[in-house]
Amino acid sequence: MRIESRLAQIGSIKEPVTGAVSFPIYQATAFRHPKLGESTGFDYARTKSPTRAVLEEAAAELESGDAAFACSTGMAAVQTILTLFSQGDHLIVSLDLYGGTYRLLEQVMSRFGVSASYVDTNDMDALAAACRDNTKAVLIETPTNPLMMITDLAKVCGWAKERGLLTIVDNTLLTPYFQRPLELGADIIIHSATKYLGGHNDVLAGLIVTKGKELSEQIAFLHNSIGAVLGPQDSWLLMRGMKTLALRMERHQHNATVLANYLQEHPAIDEVFYPALPSHPHHHIQNAQSSGNTGIFSFKVKDARYVEPVLRHIRLIAFAESLGGVESLMTYPAVQTHADIPLEIRQQVGVDDRLLRFSVGIEHVDDLIADLEQALEAARLEIEGA
Amino acid sequence: MNESNSNQRDKQFATKLIHFGAEVDKTTGASSVPIYQASTFHHHDIFNPPEYDYSRSGNPTRQALEDYITLLEGGTRGFAFGSGMAAISAALMLLSAGEHIIVTEDVYGGTYRLLTTVLTRFNIESTFVDMTNFDAVRDALQPNTKAILMETPSNPTLKITDIAQVAGWAKEHGLITMLDNTFMTPYHQRPIELGVDLVLHSATKFLGGHSDVLAGLVVAADESLGRRVKQLQNGIGAVLGPQDSWLLMRGMKTLQARMEHSERSAHKLAHWLSSQSEVAQVYYPGLEDHPGRAIHEKQSAGYGAVVSFDVGSGERAKAVLSRVKLPIVAVSLGAVESILSYPAMMSHAAMPKEVRHERGITDGLLRYSVGLEDIDDLIADLEQALRF
Repeated sequence: MRIESRLAQIGSIKEPVTGAVSFPIYQATAFRHPKLGESTGFDYARTKSPTRAVLEEAAAELESGDAAFACSTGMAAVQTILTLFSQGDHLIVSLDLYGGTYRLLEQVMSRFGVSASYVDTNDMDALAAACRDNTKAVLIETPTNPLMMITDLAKVCGWAKERGLLTIVDNTLLTPYFQRPLELGADIIIHSATKYLGGHNDVLAGLIVTKGKELSEQIAFLHNSIGAVLGPQDSWLLMRGMKTLALRMERHQHNATVLANYLQEHPAIDEVFYPALPSHPHHHIQNAQSSGNTGIFSFKVKDARYVEPVLRHIRLIAFAESLGGVESLMTYPAVQTHADIPLEIRQQVGVDDRLLRFSVGIEHVDDLIADLEQALEAARLEIEGA
Repeated sequence: MNESNSNQRDKQFATKLIHFGAEVDKTTGASSVPIYQASTFHHHDIFNPPEYDYSRSGNPTRQALEDYITLLEGGTRGFAFGSGMAAISAALMLLSAGEHIIVTEDVYGGTYRLLTTVLTRFNIESTFVDMTNFDAVRDALQPNTKAILMETPSNPTLKITDIAQVAGWAKEHGLITMLDNTFMTPYHQRPIELGVDLVLHSATKFLGGHSDVLAGLVVAADESLGRRVKQLQNGIGAVLGPQDSWLLMRGMKTLQARMEHSERSAHKLAHWLSSQSEVAQVYYPGLEDHPGRAIHEKQSAGYGAVVSFDVGSGERAKAVLSRVKLPIVAVSLGAVESILSYPAMMSHAAMPKEVRHERGITDGLLRYSVGLEDIDDLIADLEQALRF
């Protein structure tokens, strides 16, 4: 079955009693045992809960994995995975990394004796140089957020496998609709499902998808022991969102491509970072490993003085954190999502005070262009004078 | 804590449960906190970020719940998590590699598992002691000890720890004191008033009270510890969703009414069980012969609604479990419906058998969480299950 069909059918034929095509929300914590030593398969909702289980089964299937685990947030998913490691272990991590993951590594995992090196994961020499005897895993974001750097997944996964390292890929920006890293050799997928999978800026959720029996069992143990699980209402909302993932991703990609091209030509804009543009340095890698492009991109204004008035003048586009929703959002990474990353690392990757990140929604693209146009023009008038 | 909340602090507990500061929505006057099913919040002004910017860091519905439990426990800041274990995990992650924690020996099986499997890999060491024995607590102190975790009454054998004594001693040694207050709830026991730094809850139990929501809560006694927990809650991200936050508040409004009823029934059940020849031992802090009763009465306003009892053997326990008709046979506790659990195979299955037996969690031990059914019906049902 094609992925569009599988998405539309999530949970639809799972309810055997009434045949409800929307799977019920089991707001129950405990499950009666039919007899001692016998279980319905459900004992306590932290361990396994029916609504969450349908979501998890769907996520595993969509990512071509063996098991999936739904967590309270994307960060809870990241934390659950990082707990696989032990004191003394070392990780290689994408340089242009989500600020929350960086903070968790530097403020929490470092206290537990787990260290990390931040490298451009598309640079094989940099990877080799970062690899140590105690290195246990590579954690990749592709595209990265916000600079849209692409990692060649098959190449890096192969390199990691030769060295016995786990490959963990954050697939939040492309979703399994456009990219399935487990098919390219990755071991674990992370999602902030708050973003495209949920798609409506209304539910916080994280997903982990694993390949292989042993790894799946290890994560199952940690998921239950740490207990950062997703509730039934949020599990249901997430599935509801996922049913329209294919439609939304197509529209996000279309709108983002039109807007990226528009901004690239705009006199106030210096640079646009979007892998769908032929000028993107990793355009060809992206096309080879993914069937499409995400709905966010970043751009640099020529003059940092534009940032504040542009954010003040946008009307349709909301100025808010997060991404991947049906509504368009614009974020200023240097002060919002990436504020926890030290200045030198931010500058090294290019997250500076001229960079804006645009999560393009599914509104009509002409309205989005018009909104940007008027905001850029209003900013120009303020800066240059009428 | 806002001004209306500081006025709330002087009210009686039953009043606080209903009038906790967010019981009326400020914008519409709605008689229930709105469920803010939003992940992100619009910034009206780039240089003046809004109070809420991203729901992991803060959500209005969750905040109402967090302020509510803070008020009830008498702390400075509260935190809601996706499960009781997520709350305990976050609290234990205050520790760093090379540090040590002293833990009550009959701690909840899930906490035991976390300490002995996950945190050991990060070189966080734990010593389990019988906290009814203060000398044992003192002897467990090491140069790298940073925290102490109490559960009183403990689960499932309902042993009593002298909270003020342990907390006072811990303070002298600069330890963070943590107490799992799940069994008592702030209605019966307020550990912060006795010197505890961090109160932990599996709110899935009595606070929620309806076996319908998984949740964990943490309340910090002081601001600086509160800030550290906040960083972990936001960093680890194991937060409670808005729908579940709302359901939990809905449950908490009837906490006192439920606890009073269940406790009255539990008292009756414990006395009845004590007079049954089929029952070898009854554990309930409200019984005259309970060894910790005097200490418990000093620090708690009630005895709770959980009664454990030993029917002598695994076979007999299994027979009772298969014959009861009213309580649901399940894990968990603290709900409107009575729940009968078998610790050896359920809550404490994660504990090795030798360790479990050492701690009095025998194969004949059953744990009865008394719900809101009529107590005479519950006793009649248990009577027919015991006589076979």
